[in-house]
Amino acid sequence: MSETTGAHRTHAITLTVNGVLREVTVPARRLLSDCLRHDLGLTGTHVGCEHGVCGACTVLLDGEPVRSCLTFAVTVDGHEITTVEGLAEEGALSPVQRAFSECHGLQCGFCTPGFLCTVTAFLRDNRTPTEEEVLEAVSGNLCRCTGYQNIIKAVHRAAEIQAEESG
Amino acid sequence: MKPPPFDYHRPARLGEALRSLAEAGAHGKVLAGGQSLIPLLNMRLAAPGHLVDINGLTGLDTIAADTSGVRVGALARHAAVERSGSARAAQPLLAQALRLVAHPVIRNRGTVVGSLVHADPSAEMPAVLALLGGSVRLASIGGERDVAAADFFVGPLESACLPGELAVSAFFPALPERSGTAFCEVARRHGDYAVAGVAASVTLDEDFRISAARVACVSVGPVPVVVDVTGVCGRRPPASVDWDGVARAVQDRIEPEGDIHATAAYRRHLTGVLVTRALRGAAREAADGGEGRA
Repeated sequence: MSETTGAHRTHAITLTVNGVLREVTVPARRLLSDCLRHDLGLTGTHVGCEHGVCGACTVLLDGEPVRSCLTFAVTVDGHEITTVEGLAEEGALSPVQRAFSECHGLQCGFCTPGFLCTVTAFLRDNRTPTEEEVLEAVSGNLCRCTGYQNIIKAVHRAAEIQAEESG
Repeated sequence: MKPPPFDYHRPARLGEALRSLAEAGAHGKVLAGGQSLIPLLNMRLAAPGHLVDINGLTGLDTIAADTSGVRVGALARHAAVERSGSARAAQPLLAQALRLVAHPVIRNRGTVVGSLVHADPSAEMPAVLALLGGSVRLASIGGERDVAAADFFVGPLESACLPGELAVSAFFPALPERSGTAFCEVARRHGDYAVAGVAASVTLDEDFRISAARVACVSVGPVPVVVDVTGVCGRRPPASVDWDGVARAVQDRIEPEGDIHATAAYRRHLTGVLVTRALRGAAREAADGGEGRA
């Protein structure tokens, strides 16, 4: 497992990323965000503040949204990660992705991967959210373009699409 | 914005973790949820030589609630404690405070015990433990010890957890019958650290007069400031308490400092307002709960 000793030692880990088993060797200090982007080439996960404030790097860890910039890749050895690249099913955009597109819930798109992951998990657990619940759910994600109104609309629209398609 | 290098330990058993921590001594740091530690590492405000990652340990994610209170294990995430029905029933203040801890996504990973050991005087969990007179259980290769909340918070970001020790659980006591709690805070944005915040508990006697009232204030001192206001309230029904007088009594006990977010005077003012709001809310809950049980 180790290539050298001490602080520069590397660790061989296995992650299931978007359903695919990925083996990678990383130093312990490698953030999950950097592991996804640099080691695995999945640049859909964006890195904003790197101290947990902006939410751009949010991914799903065993289905639950977490900050990938506040998670070490070694810590999640053996776990399942879903990134924005894994949200579309068989090439078709997910209900949340379609709603963001339809409602203009993005402009520059930098924050979008984090919003999409956060909202995907939120609407899975709460299929008919209130306005207040939606605001709380996205309160940890920053967007500097939209003014949030269209993002909030998109979350409600995604809930509608989800309901239409399951009903 | 990348963490400095460190020696990584991933023990599979508690004994192994305690040995690693003992060997690392003052250079060792425990990694649980990492939601406070990793920002410090990313910003290079901390550079521990050894990180002992306890995420591989089993049996530490427990939430055990009974009529005496709630014991929360070192790997119980904020979100799990917030959602736990049995924890909410035994000590409702936990859920009342947890909804104010950062954002939902941070709470998915962060741990309650980690928040306590981080000992941020602006954080909610230390205030809750201090208000309730709870305790933290610390383990080392030499054995275990329980430290009372009053002794656990030593200073800003400083707890009584010594090098070589691992906080394995924390205990949040339940309150007697006819008790109510509340947590009120003001933050610039929801989820930010509070500019000021107050946790309160009120217990009523059989005639619904106040028999105990306490507050714990955040962001107005080096540690959570606990003030017993039972005497100031007096043994009377909540409706006839001089709440402004109670607020002034608490304002006299705090030592807020000014910073870019708020002046010391504003923090003192806010604390007074929040003391009244939280105590009245707690008293209302105590009265409702008492009637509900009768």
